[in-house]
Amino acid sequence: MDGLLGTTQQALQLLLTGNPELWTIVGVSFSVSLKAIIFTTPVALVLAFVLAYLDFPGNRLLLSVFNSLLSVPTVVVGLLLYLLLSRQGPFGDLKLLFTQTAMVVAQMILCFPILVALGHAAMQAADQRAWETARTLGAPPWYAMLTVLYEVRFALITAVLTGFGRIISEVGASMMVGGNIMGFTRNITTAIALETSKGEFVQGVALGLVLLLLAFLLNFLLGYFQGKGKLIA
Amino acid sequence: MWLFTSFVQAAPLRLATTTSTDNSGLMRELLPYFEAKTGYKVHVIAVGTGQALRLGRDGNVDVVLVHAPKAELQFVEAGYGINRRQVMSNDFVFVGPKHDPAGLRRLRDSVQALQRIAATQSLFISRGDDSGTHKKERSLWEKLSQKSDPAWYREAGQGMGRTLQIAGELDAYTLTDRGTWLVFRKRLPLELLVEGDPRLHNPYGIIAVNPKRHPHVNHQGALALIDWITSDEGKHLIREFKLEGRPLFVPIETTD
Repeated sequence: MDGLLGTTQQALQLLLTGNPELWTIVGVSFSVSLKAIIFTTPVALVLAFVLAYLDFPGNRLLLSVFNSLLSVPTVVVGLLLYLLLSRQGPFGDLKLLFTQTAMVVAQMILCFPILVALGHAAMQAADQRAWETARTLGAPPWYAMLTVLYEVRFALITAVLTGFGRIISEVGASMMVGGNIMGFTRNITTAIALETSKGEFVQGVALGLVLLLLAFLLNFLLGYFQGKGKLIA
Repeated sequence: MWLFTSFVQAAPLRLATTTSTDNSGLMRELLPYFEAKTGYKVHVIAVGTGQALRLGRDGNVDVVLVHAPKAELQFVEAGYGINRRQVMSNDFVFVGPKHDPAGLRRLRDSVQALQRIAATQSLFISRGDDSGTHKKERSLWEKLSQKSDPAWYREAGQGMGRTLQIAGELDAYTLTDRGTWLVFRKRLPLELLVEGDPRLHNPYGIIAVNPKRHPHVNHQGALALIDWITSDEGKHLIREFKLEGRPLFVPIETTD
């Protein structure tokens, strides 16, 4: 074994020489997680708005359900989806198991509660007068809602980044419903799990570095937007 | 109808196989030839034999390539699969720490090897994942009167590579297929100790998922792969496949 330093050096080399297999894996990760976050965000934020601004029976219950779903283990989502999408399951005819679509759905389920809970917190903290003023000025409800969303945009971006951070780094659900198929559903985290199990640490470390770099970038952006949010408030 | 068939042609062929064939690089070597010849795109899902058969039984894959003859026959008898063919074989070996506390070196009898491990209470790591290797190991234990004891018998519940790594870290014995052992040998403080027992023979079979049970499966693709992998070209490629300069699998000559 070459030790941590040697492995890291080889890993950097692998990244810089543009190893095509490695970058395919990175591509799968980004394509799946970006789709998941893009499809989830509008629905989740509208739901967050409804929970924050409309009073209806079951409102609080629904909110606490989403809050507790924040910590649902990724493998449980994976298992549930596996059973649903398996040929023997209710949605077997869709032929979705072991496809990227299945991974997107799994990641949507994982980031949905995060976007709802954080979005709700942001909107509740927003100045209620934005909504009232917009409504008094004759804006239709959907436009008034956009006004509120715009008021808290930085906090919402923070929510989206947090959701993205969770799904790009999760391994359990992707492994179960994606199947870790080379060139197709193998993403950064499942590849790391596989390479480690094969004792091929170099590629694992290289992919880990990509993920680490992304985490730094996300955190940097988070800090940036949180700072912006403070200025507004 | 023409549209429909062309759609079926474009669908990928899903092969559930074991980590031993995939991690050794055999599939990566073989399948491009098959894909170039037939135009099928093969999606390989590498899991343990137990899970591979389960995937076939549920119709989540089109064809399985596994190594557990008994379970394969049950799979066919239960009507989950058809057209089973023997493909190739390699063998299992016992590996363990260099100082060999149970004294297995140069033993040939695999059951005697387990007996010594049990008698000296030397640490043994089992796959514990219902894989072909795990099934083989359990069938060997069944021949012993002595029961394994959690004090020195540990189940990893993981793939062969991981299990070998754990055995290496813990100075323990384990049963492994030769292919994975050859891949990992250099990185492990372990040594090959027992080989050559006929009971350690490890044949691989390929089975098409039964299209009567699962009409949606890519049965044509499954049959094409079965025909190809047992053809002269397939056998030749299997025989020529080498790992660290050594051949790994021997194709099985079938009479039919």
